[in-house]
Amino acid sequence: MLILYVLTALLLGFSLLANPRKTKHALRVALRRFMKITPAFVVMLVLVAVILYLLPEHVMVHMLARESRWVAMASALGMGSISIIPGFIAFPLCGILLERGAQYMVLSAFSTTLMMVGVVTFPLEKTYLGTTLALWRNGVSFAIAVAVAIATGLFFGELW
Amino acid sequence: MLKQNPMAIGVGAVFSAFVLVSLLTGFEPGKAIGWNFLSFFAEMLKVLPCVFILIGLFHVWVKTETVEKHLGHKSGPLSYLWAVLLAGTTVGGLHVALPIAHALYMKRAKLGVVLAFLSAAGVCRVPMALFEASFLGWRFTCIRFAISLPLVILTSAGLAYYFEQRGYLLPDIEATGQRGGKNEL
Repeated sequence: MLILYVLTALLLGFSLLANPRKTKHALRVALRRFMKITPAFVVMLVLVAVILYLLPEHVMVHMLARESRWVAMASALGMGSISIIPGFIAFPLCGILLERGAQYMVLSAFSTTLMMVGVVTFPLEKTYLGTTLALWRNGVSFAIAVAVAIATGLFFGELW
Repeated sequence: MLKQNPMAIGVGAVFSAFVLVSLLTGFEPGKAIGWNFLSFFAEMLKVLPCVFILIGLFHVWVKTETVEKHLGHKSGPLSYLWAVLLAGTTVGGLHVALPIAHALYMKRAKLGVVLAFLSAAGVCRVPMALFEASFLGWRFTCIRFAISLPLVILTSAGLAYYFEQRGYLLPDIEATGQRGGKNEL
């Protein structure tokens, strides 16, 4: 996070030294694009807030560490697709799940859909990509997540 | 900006009313949801201003021709490698990758590269991978990368082909009237 701040500050500084007029223009572009997308962001944040309340961590742990691997797998794919959880929460959560006996392929399904498929980010994605393409990208990403999960299951010998 | 988006106003208004009433009446789930909203909002505010400033600088300083040469329609398979490497350096999630992807597209990167960047940003961000490996082991992370990256690239190219055949263009958010919006300076 700190790297991002330092990088932004440095580049902004260089830009300002090189050409103040262009830099001002850059900042205007930044602000304009930010404002354009704010409504979609608000919708996304509302969805995140509600879903995070309905699916708190202990519910997820309960669902993913199930005995039945297919139930666990289905819930992993479902919950991973719906929610977005920042990595710093998601991976410790996966660590806990592993200790509780969750299978690697379930964790793989969960983390891959979590990062690649976004139901809550959909309002945002729709704005940038258009509805059809956004639907396609999410659908394909979901299929990839299933493939990755199955491959993980094979490699860790969890399927047979 | 709000005029074109009645849905966002509606959602925002209903949500604020709900949280406000919950606060007044002491309705616990409502308060928890309001708190969730605020904490995520704060999380976004830590990253997004930097991201958009960088996008602004990118827009002003990087020539359209440069992007087009390396990531555009005349670029070779190497462009997908750049997309994946670039994705590896991003932070956040889809909400950060999306504006960057769109900015690349406006500079005439091809659709396949834009889509590969988006999905790869989900798979292989470097800080995230380090974190993942420390909790789940390197074997897990390597398998995940080895399987998903080729699939991401193949499907992105495929999707882009399908959509571009039909003359699909990404929405022009800024309504500049043309893709790759010219520098107004």
